[in-house]
Amino acid sequence: MSTALLTSQAAVAVPLASASQGYWRGVLQRLLRDRVSVVCGVVLLLIFVAAVFAPWLAPGDPVVGSVLKRLKPVGTPGHLLGTDELGRDMLTRLMYGGRVSLLMGMAPVGLALLIGGSLGMVAGFVGGRVNAVIMRSVDVVFAFPSILLAVAIAGALGAGIGNTLLALTIVLIPPLTRVTESATTQVRSVEFIEAARASGAGSAVIMRVHVLGNVIGPVLVYATSLLSVAIIMAAGLSFIGLGAKPPTPEWGLMLNTLRNAIYTQPLLAALPGVLIFVVSLAFNLLADGLRSAMEVQ
Amino acid sequence: MSGAPPYAVDVAGLRKRFQVRSPSVFAKPQVVHAVSDISFRLERGRTLGIVGESGCGKSTLARLLMGLIEADDGSVLLAGQALGPKPQQLTAVRRKVQMVFQDSFASLNPRLTIEASLMFGPQVHGVPSDAARRTAHDLLERVGLEPARFAGRYPHEVSGGQRQRVNIARALALKPEIVIFDEAVSALDKSVELQVLNLLLDLKAELGLTYLFISHDLNVVQYISDEVMVMYLGKVVEMGPVQSVYAQPAHPYTRALLASMPSMDPRQRTQAAPLVGDPPSPIDPPSGCRFRTRCAYADAACGQTEPLLRWVAASAPLSRATPTADGVHRAACHHIPVPGGDV
Repeated sequence: MSTALLTSQAAVAVPLASASQGYWRGVLQRLLRDRVSVVCGVVLLLIFVAAVFAPWLAPGDPVVGSVLKRLKPVGTPGHLLGTDELGRDMLTRLMYGGRVSLLMGMAPVGLALLIGGSLGMVAGFVGGRVNAVIMRSVDVVFAFPSILLAVAIAGALGAGIGNTLLALTIVLIPPLTRVTESATTQVRSVEFIEAARASGAGSAVIMRVHVLGNVIGPVLVYATSLLSVAIIMAAGLSFIGLGAKPPTPEWGLMLNTLRNAIYTQPLLAALPGVLIFVVSLAFNLLADGLRSAMEVQ
Repeated sequence: MSGAPPYAVDVAGLRKRFQVRSPSVFAKPQVVHAVSDISFRLERGRTLGIVGESGCGKSTLARLLMGLIEADDGSVLLAGQALGPKPQQLTAVRRKVQMVFQDSFASLNPRLTIEASLMFGPQVHGVPSDAARRTAHDLLERVGLEPARFAGRYPHEVSGGQRQRVNIARALALKPEIVIFDEAVSALDKSVELQVLNLLLDLKAELGLTYLFISHDLNVVQYISDEVMVMYLGKVVEMGPVQSVYAQPAHPYTRALLASMPSMDPRQRTQAAPLVGDPPSPIDPPSGCRFRTRCAYADAACGQTEPLLRWVAASAPLSRATPTADGVHRAACHHIPVPGGDV
């Protein structure tokens, strides 16, 4: 994991990857020993595979439906999970919807991790005025409740998946900056940084070799827990009409269009919500497992 | 002086103040005088022990010599080269002086193997990785750690003594001329401490190193040093050859320190505490002699003028050629008789 900001000083070939391999192998081993994490991982993997390979795996067409077969219940022959209000196969739509929902949840976290992580590391490492400028700007964004800010940004930019991604990225940068900054500040004052400086290394090399490896752990754990938040927010934005537009299949949007059927076909209407819940819970539990797997020295 | 090799360390008039965050926005900003007007010279191949209570400026002095913090005033020459303010200059001089810290664990990156930590310094200076690895293994061998067993381990997988050996190896990786030890053996067990001290003496003889050895343990300083410098509240109160200072301490503070030294001989154990109270705050040090607030001999004159470092009467034969160089026992106290005038 290297940020765009820090790869510029790649002239020094320092064996970062080979050196920290042992640690990460240990983390993976401990994670695999934790049953909850393994179950969550398997569930997420299944949902991922179903979403990514939807065009090949899905039984029907996500957009074209038959008005004659509207709102068929779960278990209808030919439609394992029933059909929606326009007669489209639910299983197909949930699989296709996963692509958009997961993308809208994960891409902003990834982007925010890159941007917020770099900002936080620079702020924490350089300190002083640079820190003040970065952290106070971040605090301005922090002043707004995150979902409200996302709604405001998405609303100002207009509905659409791209704009939702942008809005969520902006909302997620401040917390990631803050967590990275505090982790970096702690590492910076430890003597091995002073020793590295004494050996004549520049700030960029020290950040890449000595800070990144010690900061990435807690930041990754936090980012994993943010995945569930992002997925719920993305679904929320789509639900209120600021994210994906019909007929694009998306879990939040599906939840909205099926809400009229909640009295006639409650199970059907709940399906997208169940998926949002399961994915978000799995990410959360996985983050917990990751945290305890990393804590062991 | 022309033709003579430059001193390994030549410090003149070094000062460092730190601004302390004031208790309120309206209060005057407070300034800590961590190091005030320190001058000394150290010849190549010798060891200078620096002693003093906590907060007397020992570690600040070390960081100033390392170029890790910038001095407010004064100059530092390392092997004749100035510790310049320009970064490139600093990088070049930095190779000459390396440091071993007190906390053996904190001074190694927990995410890097011992080998990778040793390779980092040379690689920063452009040594290719296989050459750096060979150097790392040589260094491990040199500090008494079998490379095959230790190279791939992480800092938490070895003992404290072994870790400090790794730190010593890391300091030597850049082939320095001067090594500063900031309480480097204080955290070790007594038995391990002696092993490490002997290792340091061997390395010094083999590699022709110059040591600055900061410690609060007077026994250790006596064992390892050629010269000793006693600091109090950012000032040097006494310095000179270790035998001379230990045998005939001139400054009341040095005498008190030496009296508090634990002895193996029960008849020599002191009963009363030789020094009472804590040193005054370096934020607003006492006028005149800084030690006068705790000194039994203090009189009115002590509060008025600051005592200068002067030759001590009982000192070894003096060579006029190098008036402020090593080998001269000096102390800063108004109550010392003046044999040869101020120096």
